[in-house]
Amino acid sequence: MSLIFEKSVDGRRGVTFSALDVPKYTLPPDAEYLRQSPAVLPEVSELDLVRHYDGLSSKAYGVDSGFYPLGSCTMKYNPKLCEDTAALDGFCQIHPLQGGLSAQGCLEAAYLLTEYLGRITGMDCGTLQPAAGAHGEFTSLLMIKAYFKSIGQNRTKIIVPDSAHGTNPASAAMAGFEVVNIPSDCDGFVDIDALDAAMDGGVAAFMLTNPNTLGLFEKNISKIAGIVHGRGGILYYDGANLNAVMGISRPGDLGFDIMHINLHKTFATPHGGGGPGAGPVLCKEFLGGFLPRPTVVKDKNGRYSLKDGVRGGKSIGKTRAFFGNFLVCIKALTYITALGAEGITDAARKAVLNANYMRALTSEFLPVGSGACMHEFVASCEELKRDSGVSALDVAKALIDCKMHPPTIYFPLIVHEAMMFEPTETESKQTIDAAVAALKQIIETAKTNPESIKSAPVSTPVGRPDEVKAARKPVLRF
Amino acid sequence: MKFSKTHEWITVEGKTATVGVTDYAAAQMGDIVFVELPDVGAKLTIGKSFANVESVKAVSEIFSPVSGRVTEVNAELSDAPELINKDAFSAYLVRVELDAVEDGLLERDEYEASKESF
Repeated sequence: MSLIFEKSVDGRRGVTFSALDVPKYTLPPDAEYLRQSPAVLPEVSELDLVRHYDGLSSKAYGVDSGFYPLGSCTMKYNPKLCEDTAALDGFCQIHPLQGGLSAQGCLEAAYLLTEYLGRITGMDCGTLQPAAGAHGEFTSLLMIKAYFKSIGQNRTKIIVPDSAHGTNPASAAMAGFEVVNIPSDCDGFVDIDALDAAMDGGVAAFMLTNPNTLGLFEKNISKIAGIVHGRGGILYYDGANLNAVMGISRPGDLGFDIMHINLHKTFATPHGGGGPGAGPVLCKEFLGGFLPRPTVVKDKNGRYSLKDGVRGGKSIGKTRAFFGNFLVCIKALTYITALGAEGITDAARKAVLNANYMRALTSEFLPVGSGACMHEFVASCEELKRDSGVSALDVAKALIDCKMHPPTIYFPLIVHEAMMFEPTETESKQTIDAAVAALKQIIETAKTNPESIKSAPVSTPVGRPDEVKAARKPVLRF
Repeated sequence: MKFSKTHEWITVEGKTATVGVTDYAAAQMGDIVFVELPDVGAKLTIGKSFANVESVKAVSEIFSPVSGRVTEVNAELSDAPELINKDAFSAYLVRVELDAVEDGLLERDEYEASKESF
């Protein structure tokens, strides 16, 4: 399909303006920002424009189009009810500088969501400001830094396991820490001895995802918390995989001190193009004073207001303008209240059940590691690649021709030729059965006719973009 | 030429060591698109990361099998990182004025025999 610029015809217009009915004013030719040549814009009619973008939208693929088992991303369905509430005038037609008295509903919504997230995670207080997960990590790390400064300790290191999401070391580095990587043991869990050895008095925090990126619950979490706390460190929970445990186990009860939540994963708000993310930070009381300001508070008359200086007033300041991606928070609040405590627990159980069901079916033709998984599992195409030359990338590309979104590939890094599937609780047995059947067919074809898999996909406008060239010599404009 | 368990190769001539990544590591990483090298004069420490190699799959840290001062970096890699995929054993990363070499580096046959288990 051609680009909108390629559809451009000189002089074609979407709108024709009527003749000037006011005196013409010409800017002085030396005006500072006067354009020297006309802007290069596509010249198209309204119909050209509508067809172009309608055509593009029909080629886009989202969770509303079909199965989207992108591991570690929790691509669950985004209920339309949440869109309805977020579109209510009371939430949309307010101004961020409006006085709190006339925005009581919005303040109550923010207060309630923070409360609910605190109850789900076992934390005492929080902020809705961060705009996404990594931003939540960064906010938390700034708080951790401020905390140690306040008690006069110079701790400069952050430990992350080798199975961590790449954002963990990136956020730590951004916040000015030195990153210390520790290996996983042969089953994919935190290597306790390595943690024990690395956890010295210079370590500020250990960042952990639980269940981890292999979809395994860290069974030694109490021991891990003991080691980290025993040396005066802080235990950070990366909430990326909270969907597996919400309503069942709480990070706060497991010994974690501070965490972020990805509302766009666990609490069903859209990802990426469907709207911005949101990465609220929740923490224990002793870190609460460092949260970004202001805090929504409720007085004894049930009135809500925004206050600075709450919990000792050592706030790190703002990490985002105003109150974060507020309408995303409304969608998450709607999701939580619509499901209720039982529904939240049920969602986690079904997410785990779906992943284990899909894992069991997949294990018949691909290695998937040993033991039950949580909400996601990792299959390896290492043997397949060795025997047939067909890699995880090739299998992923072939899945596109089966009208499904490929899983996450080549992550976690500790599994070679990894394919990471996370079906989520919102998919039916029929959908999962069909996806596994398609995957099985691809694996069988790979063994008999590898070339056909290596040339997939054939059903898309572009088959295989040149990723190497795109990375080495990117052309970022028309 | 000797090898580390983290897939670096090293050759030593007098006081100068040359360090690169192995062909196995390059194949595992896939097409390499960017290499971030230390500055000349930087101090390397055995077992510490000194470079990043970015492929279409991931960014990988490269760990130093030597301690010493960087005397030369392979400037060609900034424009042509694919040289590592083409010939990993000639596309060196850095040359180092040696203080110490990691204990227990492997011979080629030892490395070849067990590289998939590291």
